[in-house]
Amino acid sequence: MAIRRKLFAGLAVVLSGMLSFAVQASADLNMRPGVTETSVEAYDLHMAVIWVMTIIAVVVFGLMFYSIFAHRKSKNPTPATFSHSTTVEIIWTAIPIIILIGLSIPAVKLLVKMESWDKVEPDLEIQVTGHQWKWEYKYLDHDISFFSNLKTPREQIDNLEGKVGETKGENYLLEVDNELVLPANKNVIFHLTSKDVIHSWWVPEIAVKKDAIPGFINSTWTNVPKEGTYRGQCTELCGKDHGFMPVVVKVVSESEFAAYIEKKKAEKVAAEKAAAEAAARSWDMEQLMTLGKETYEAKCAACHMVNGEGMPPTFPALKGSKVATGPVEGHIDIVVNGKAGTAMAAYGAQLSDAEIAAIITYERNAWGNETGDKVQPADIQAFKAGN
Amino acid sequence: MSEQVTNDNNKKLVLRLLGVVGGMFLFGFALVPLYDVFCEVTGINGKTRGKAIYQQSMVNTEREVSITFIANISNGMPWEFKPLTRTMKVHPGELNEVRFYAKNPSRKDIIGQSVPSVSPGEAALYLNKTECFCFDQQTLLAGQEVEMPMKFYIDSEIPENINHLTLSYQLFNVTDAVEAAAGAAK
Amino acid sequence: MADHHPTGIKRWLFTTNHKDIGSMYLWFSFIMFFIGGAMAMVIRAELYQPGLQFVEPNFFNQMTTMHGLIMVFGAVMPSMVGLANWLIPMQIGAPDMALPRMNNWSFWILPFAFTLLLSSLFMEGGAPNFGWTFYAPLSTTYGPPSTDFFILGVHMMGISSIMGAINVIVTVFNMRAPGMTLMKMPLFVWTWVITAFLLIMVMPVLAGAVTMMLTDRHFGTSFFDAAGGGDPVMFQHIFWFFGHPEVYIMILPAFGVASEIIPAFARKKLFGYASMVYATASIALLSFIVWAHHMFTVGMPLAGELFFMIATMLIAVPTGVKVFNWVATMWKGSMTFETPMLFAIAFVILFTIGGFSGVMLAMAPVDFQYHDTYFVVAHFHYVLFPGAIFGTTAAVYYWLPKWTGKMYNEKMGKIHFWWSMIAVNLTFFPMHFSGLAGMPRRIPDYNMMFADFNQLASIGAFALGLSQLFFLFIVIKTIRSGKKSEDKPWDGATGLEWDKLPCPAPYHTFDTPPKVD
Repeated sequence: MAIRRKLFAGLAVVLSGMLSFAVQASADLNMRPGVTETSVEAYDLHMAVIWVMTIIAVVVFGLMFYSIFAHRKSKNPTPATFSHSTTVEIIWTAIPIIILIGLSIPAVKLLVKMESWDKVEPDLEIQVTGHQWKWEYKYLDHDISFFSNLKTPREQIDNLEGKVGETKGENYLLEVDNELVLPANKNVIFHLTSKDVIHSWWVPEIAVKKDAIPGFINSTWTNVPKEGTYRGQCTELCGKDHGFMPVVVKVVSESEFAAYIEKKKAEKVAAEKAAAEAAARSWDMEQLMTLGKETYEAKCAACHMVNGEGMPPTFPALKGSKVATGPVEGHIDIVVNGKAGTAMAAYGAQLSDAEIAAIITYERNAWGNETGDKVQPADIQAFKAGN
Repeated sequence: MSEQVTNDNNKKLVLRLLGVVGGMFLFGFALVPLYDVFCEVTGINGKTRGKAIYQQSMVNTEREVSITFIANISNGMPWEFKPLTRTMKVHPGELNEVRFYAKNPSRKDIIGQSVPSVSPGEAALYLNKTECFCFDQQTLLAGQEVEMPMKFYIDSEIPENINHLTLSYQLFNVTDAVEAAAGAAK
Repeated sequence: MADHHPTGIKRWLFTTNHKDIGSMYLWFSFIMFFIGGAMAMVIRAELYQPGLQFVEPNFFNQMTTMHGLIMVFGAVMPSMVGLANWLIPMQIGAPDMALPRMNNWSFWILPFAFTLLLSSLFMEGGAPNFGWTFYAPLSTTYGPPSTDFFILGVHMMGISSIMGAINVIVTVFNMRAPGMTLMKMPLFVWTWVITAFLLIMVMPVLAGAVTMMLTDRHFGTSFFDAAGGGDPVMFQHIFWFFGHPEVYIMILPAFGVASEIIPAFARKKLFGYASMVYATASIALLSFIVWAHHMFTVGMPLAGELFFMIATMLIAVPTGVKVFNWVATMWKGSMTFETPMLFAIAFVILFTIGGFSGVMLAMAPVDFQYHDTYFVVAHFHYVLFPGAIFGTTAAVYYWLPKWTGKMYNEKMGKIHFWWSMIAVNLTFFPMHFSGLAGMPRRIPDYNMMFADFNQLASIGAFALGLSQLFFLFIVIKTIRSGKKSEDKPWDGATGLEWDKLPCPAPYHTFDTPPKVD
């Protein structure tokens, strides 16, 4: 008996310990307050509910454990016989109602605030588009757009010995090649949509989580007062690499932001020029294969796999496939224009002509696909021009 | 209670319950039109309504509502597609026109369908389109480019709290679906 | 000769006896529980450390999907039907279920449905990988070919559940012994009748949803495809219109079990019987108007979000009433703590913790931070494992003497309890923390900051898996070599099955209805 009592008491201590552990707002244990007005309010509300729940738990479980202790057969051999009490039952229906009303008032207020992007005067509008498995950001006011891909090296993810895999970086899986850069203290409106399946864009520290739904537009807003880098992830299962499409937002001062936009515009012009130059010259096989391998592994290997075997039938194999060993034109067509009703996106606008030419050359000559075909950037240009 | 009576009672009750099951199965399907009606009344999903006829009415020059136009292309659609006006401010009640640019850079003729979506969803109730490329499927021949007009007005009843709205079009490649349907029709 | 029954395989294939069918349901769900559990072990092994160790992401998604489907449709639901089959006729003084042949069919559909579903693991393209919620368009346009087998499987499980539910309702309405009025029925029977009504209301809607998926995939419709004028969000509305009541389908019978066991071991009548019945009914009714609280981030208008938030918070009221009633039943009782009672008490406590996180999740503005994180995973596992499954476990220990005529080993039962109790909390409590820290659900790999809690959860999960194997051992040992049970092993137990029947219950019971006073 004594052992049993001790076990029960121990259990009570463990459970309440766990609860209070949760309340000790340490960074890894609890929700982070975040940096925006709404995120701080959401955090406060979260803490308020936790406390209310903890108090209810202490009272209810306290009574229960007291009863377990005091009303056991060895202490109380004759049970009482009462089996209902209307008064008591009314009271314990009413009390929760009152508590819930108390909780719902701040919740309603905060919800109204979070959902009122259409009343906010916008300073900057961003279109966020979900792709399998990367995010695309478009600054609607500046005609700049780019993709944001996971930057964590494959070796770290696959735990490859002797390479960087041994040590995972601090931002493992939460780092991207192009962050979304935002100015501080500005009202930023996000318009979310998707190219393929449903994704969800979440940055915990600014308390924005909204689904990106194909064919539909969802809008939300934020105003981040504090400069810094904030990291989040896709939070709606979107297929194979759902866990590998982080969201990184970098908030900078207004002047830095202006400089950033100028830089991006200049980069765009330079990239177009470089692409035109690359397309103009003739590439030899080795150059095409080198660039092709690199670009293939960055852009195509997520589905078609590094070894070209894909994951049929959803992601077809390229090794020995009809497309990769058949007529060149059909191959160019599917890479440039995509395939409707499948996960194959149109890369015509995403990649440069040289990159596309290199990928196709690589696919036609790697893994035993020895067609010997050499596709030049000029071929892609000609294909796009329709002749 | 004799066995016969019990059996009859059982049968009656089973039939009734099967009726409920059948009814709920149909209800599952009925949710589709119900949802559409519900959305049309409340604007819950931000779908715009069909063709409206512009009625000359009071233009509320006191108020300005800003509209952001967004064009988006779905997987498997090679077209270029963009609004020629990024954003505009309009007075409720006045008829406006914007144009969207589309080009089919591929070597095939392609049929596209644009699907409109408005945020916030409620605003869809007050956005009336008198002419829109989204009412029909668009066929662009290989290499063809077009400017597509869209005429609309904002209802002067639009609630005070909506100052901004976004109208987005997502363009889908429906060539295969249309051809399959045509093939089936033959 | 009352106890005559056929022998061999034919007995099980053609049986129309509620006790045989109940046993088959229970064994079937036990097997499914271990298959689904094995998948959980794969998931937890992969998540033991950051980085990809054992499985690649696509297979990981197949595991999360199949784990969910098998546990929901294969383990929890059939185990509840098994309990219903065994207990309802005995508890209301009926000789059998009202529709014994249909009862046989509804069971025998299940092995085929799950063979079909499990076979998809070996198909080209693998098993369904879109989560047990199978949101469109991931499951329609982008689903693997095995999706069609999944659809057929869901249809079959649905038919089985509907038949089971119809049987329960007809039995309870038409087969009660004279004098057994509705308000005299044991609470387990009440919770099951309400569950059965939920089942016949929502399983057909699920069938409709998967049928629409099928026509979207193969017959050119576009219910859920924006390109053809459909709406992927509508899929979520239809799914959760089924999905939320489904949650209560899984937990209400466990409420009934707790309401039988707690009074028996407190040696005191259940407190507030009538309010228990009304609370159960109101939970069931409310479950039809709260579904969109699973969808706060899809971009509903404010008014919709407010409605679903308030309606959801309201559910806490009847649920609270139930918890208070159980505590009041224990109050001033004369309690002993045999294994069934321990599981029932743990059920009340841990289910309530799941209820607390439920209220938190109901609040839309904070739900934006919780939604689709491990906080949600922690929440629903708290209501399902220590909720539904502890409820079933308690029921097994409590009624095992009635079913087999043998008594389980009390010491082993207690070891099983404490082992499960510690393991279940070690597995699922840390998930609250990783969720709050920002870990999304359904990911095969994660940042270092989530590593400690995932490791804890994995260790807990392995211990929990082992504890259930121990449970299997206890059950088998009881059946094979358990001590013979007295006719009434629990002195506080009440109800027709304890008062009027010996242990084990004969093959045919109540051929002439008992007298109920």
